[in-house]
Amino acid sequence: MILRALLAPLCAALLAAAPACAADLRIGMSADVTSIDPHFVNITPNNNVAWHLFEALTHVDENVRLVPGLAESWRPVDSTTWEFRLRKGARFSDGAEVTTEDVAFSIDRPATLTTSPGPFTTFTRPIIAKEVVDRHTIRLRTAAPYAMVPYDLNSIFIVSKKAAAGASTEDFNSGKSAIGSGPYKLARFARGDRVELVRNDSYQGPQPAWDRVILRIVPNDGARVTALLAGDLDAIEYVPTADLRRVRSTPRFRLEQKVSWRTIFFTLDQRRAPPAGVTDKGGRPLDRNPFADPRVREAMSKAINRQAIVERVMDGAAVPASNLVAPAIFGHVAGLEPEPYDVEGARKLLAEAGFPQGFATVLAAPNNRYLNDDQIAQTVAQLLARIGIEAKVHALPLAAYFPKARNLEFPMAMLGWGSFSGDLALRSLALTYDADRGLGAWNWGRYGNPGLDRLVVQALATVDERKREGIAQEAMRLAMADRPVILLHHQVATWAMRRELRYAARTDEYTFAHQFRPQ
Amino acid sequence: MLAYVIRRLLQSVVVLFVMSLLVFVGVYAIGNPVDILINPNADQEDIERAIRGLGLDKPLWEQYFVFLQRALAGDLGRSFAYNVPALQLILERMPATLELATAAMLIAIVLGLPLGLWAGLKPESFAGKAIMTGSILGFSLPTFWVGLMLIMVFSVYLGWLPSNGRGPTTDVLGVPVSFLSWDGIRHLVMPATNLALFKLSLIIRLTRAGTREALLQDYVKFARAKGLSNARVVGVHVLKNILIPIVTVIGLEFGSVIAFAIVTETVFAWPGMGKLIIDSINVLDRPVIVAYLLIIVTLFIFINLAVDVAYSMLDPRVRLADAKG
Repeated sequence: MILRALLAPLCAALLAAAPACAADLRIGMSADVTSIDPHFVNITPNNNVAWHLFEALTHVDENVRLVPGLAESWRPVDSTTWEFRLRKGARFSDGAEVTTEDVAFSIDRPATLTTSPGPFTTFTRPIIAKEVVDRHTIRLRTAAPYAMVPYDLNSIFIVSKKAAAGASTEDFNSGKSAIGSGPYKLARFARGDRVELVRNDSYQGPQPAWDRVILRIVPNDGARVTALLAGDLDAIEYVPTADLRRVRSTPRFRLEQKVSWRTIFFTLDQRRAPPAGVTDKGGRPLDRNPFADPRVREAMSKAINRQAIVERVMDGAAVPASNLVAPAIFGHVAGLEPEPYDVEGARKLLAEAGFPQGFATVLAAPNNRYLNDDQIAQTVAQLLARIGIEAKVHALPLAAYFPKARNLEFPMAMLGWGSFSGDLALRSLALTYDADRGLGAWNWGRYGNPGLDRLVVQALATVDERKREGIAQEAMRLAMADRPVILLHHQVATWAMRRELRYAARTDEYTFAHQFRPQ
Repeated sequence: MLAYVIRRLLQSVVVLFVMSLLVFVGVYAIGNPVDILINPNADQEDIERAIRGLGLDKPLWEQYFVFLQRALAGDLGRSFAYNVPALQLILERMPATLELATAAMLIAIVLGLPLGLWAGLKPESFAGKAIMTGSILGFSLPTFWVGLMLIMVFSVYLGWLPSNGRGPTTDVLGVPVSFLSWDGIRHLVMPATNLALFKLSLIIRLTRAGTREALLQDYVKFARAKGLSNARVVGVHVLKNILIPIVTVIGLEFGSVIAFAIVTETVFAWPGMGKLIIDSINVLDRPVIVAYLLIIVTLFIFINLAVDVAYSMLDPRVRLADAKG
C-alpha cells in the first residue's frame, strides 16, 4: 500500500515523458451494468461501458455538441437523405477495417432484439432505407424531412458484423462478440461487480493514459465515497451532495463539476376535469381544474425559492433553471431568467384566478431517482404552503413511481430530463399528446399549445442547423412563457478523484476512463 | 423417517406454487419494467412494441400460465434487464452470498457459544457483565451504520482492510470461492463480522440463558455430586442440553442470513444475491424476483427439515412424525 502510494506520483511523472508507462485506473460506478450488448437496452450504465468498447458514427463532446466519430463527415444530400463518410483506416479491435457494411448491420440490429425493455429502435426507425455507396460512404433515407438523424446515430454503436452476426447477449458478455473500434477492449465482465478493460492498441484516437481500467460497480453512495477515501478507488462518479464538503476539504482528493443536462421539474395535470387528489382545503371537489389556468401555474412557479433549494437542499450541486434544457444544450435561450421568488405576486395571481383560499393537491416524487428528490419534494410542498396551496407529498421508490406517473395518476409529479436539444425535449414533454405521430410521449400533464406544436415539428424537420436552432429557441421562448411544467433546477454532475487526476467533466454525466488524465 | 421427509417435501411443493402466484400478482400490480427502463426519447410506438415484445400485454392469467408451463420444465424465464436466464443469474451470485453467510455464522458460533457459556457460568463477574452489555449493542446498532463505521475505522483511518468488494476467487469443485487466498480473506473479514454481529449477540444471550437454567437442574447437581470435573459437567452435560434451542435458532438464522444479507452486501459492494434482488426490484425484473424468492423458500424448507432431523439426533425424546389431532 505504501509502495503504491510512492509509485503513483513517480508513474505520473513518467507518464508525461513516456506514454507507455503501465498504469491502472479504478473507477467507482453508481449503477449496475446489465449487459455488454450495446444494442440490447438503452440505459445509461450500459451505454457508459459501451462507449469504452465501441464508437458511433457521430460523437458528442463534453458540452453535448455533435462532433465526428466513426464518420469523419456527414451532409444532407436532399431533404430526406443523409450521407455519412467513414474515417479511413478505422479498425475494430480484431484488426478488421470498419466498413459501411458494419454500419448498415449495426443500424438493422436493434430491431431484431425484440425482448428489450428499452429498445434502441427509437433511433433507427426513422431510417427507412440504406444505400451502401462504397466501403466508406453510406446514404440513409427517411420518410419525411428529419433533422435529427446525425443526433440519433450518436446512440447507435457500430459493432463488427463478422463478430456480432447471430450473437446472443452471452456472446457479448463473454467478450467473444464485443468487438468494437473504441479505446478499450473487454477483458472481463463480472456481473454486479466489475467490468475490466484493457487498452485497444488499434484505436486511432488519442491513446488513453491507462493500460488497464477497472469499473467497479458500487451503487451505494456511502460505500462509494468511503472506497475512494480508503484508496481502493482512484475516482468515483455521482458524489452524494452531503459528502461534497468533506471531499473538498480533504487535500488528497479533488472534485470536477459541471452543470449536467438533467433538468428537474414538476408536471401538472392540465386536463379539463379536476384530477383525483386535487380538492379544496376541506377535501371537497373543485368545479374546475386549477392547473389548467396559466395564472395558477405562474403563481406556483413564483412560490418556489429556487436559490434556497439549490443552496440548502442541493448543497450547491444545482443551478436554478430558466429553460427546459441546460445552458450548454442546443436550443437553450440565454436571455431567459429563472422565475423570481415572489410570494406576494403569487398570492395575487391565485386570487385573480379565483382561488384566493388556495387548494389542496397531491405532490408526487420518486425517492431514489434524482439527487435528493424526496427532500426537494418536501421543500416545494413547504414553499407552496406559503401561498395557500396544501401539497401532500407522496414519495415512492422509482419502481412504484414511474408506472403510476405514466398512467397519469398524480396531479403533480416530479420528472428529470436530459436531452440533446431543446426541440427534442419539447417534443417529448410539451407537445400535444399524439400517439400516432409520436408527440408528447412524456407529456404527463397533457399540456397542449397548437402554436408550439407547429414550431417544434418545423424545427425537427429543418436540416439546416443554424435555422433549426433559431426555430428551436423561438419554441422554447413560447413554451417557457406558458409554463407547461414548473421548472426547478439543472443538476450539477460531480466526480471525485485522487488529487493527481484530471477529468473533463461532461454535461451528459458519462464517466469515461479514457478522458481521465494524470496531472 | 423417510416417509416423513417425503411428505414434508410434497407439502413444500404447494408452498412454492402459492408463493409464485403471490409474487407474480404482486409485481404485476406494481407495473412493468418498460416504464422504468424505456429511454426518455422513446415515443408511444416504441413503448407499445417493447411491452408486446416481452409478452407483458397479455392478460395476467395467460402470463402466469406460460410461466408455470415453463417453470415445470425447469425454465424460470429470462431476466428482462439482463437478458440471461434468471436462474443462471441467481446461481452465479449464490456462492458469494453463501460464503459470506457461512463465514458470518462461523464467527457467530465460534465466538458466541464460549462467550455465552462464560456469561452464564459467571453472571456476576466483570467479564460476564461486559459480554452481556456488548451483546445489547450488537442487537441494537443498525447493521448499516456499523458497516460504515467499520469501513471508516479499518479502511479509511487505519488502512488495514479493503473497504469493499470480494477478493480474487479460485474454483473449488466448480464453485468460485474467495477464502482460500490471503487477499480474499482480507476482503471477507469486515463484511462477515458485520453480518455476524446480530447473530453473535443472539447466540450469546441464548447460550447464557440456557446455561443458567441448566446449572440449576438436578442432573447437573447429580453430576457434580458424583465428582465429575467441571470441564466435563459444562462441556458435556450442560452444553449438550442447551444446544437444542440453539440449533433451531442457528438453522433459522442461517436462512435469514442468506436471504437478508442485502444490507451488508450493499454497504460492502459484495457481489451476492442480495444486491441482485434489490436491483431487480428497482426495475421490476419479474423473472428474477420470482426465481429468487422461489429459491429462498426452497432453502428455508430444506433448512427447517435439517433442523428437525438434527433435533431427533440431539434429543432422543423427539420422534419425527406428524402431530396427530
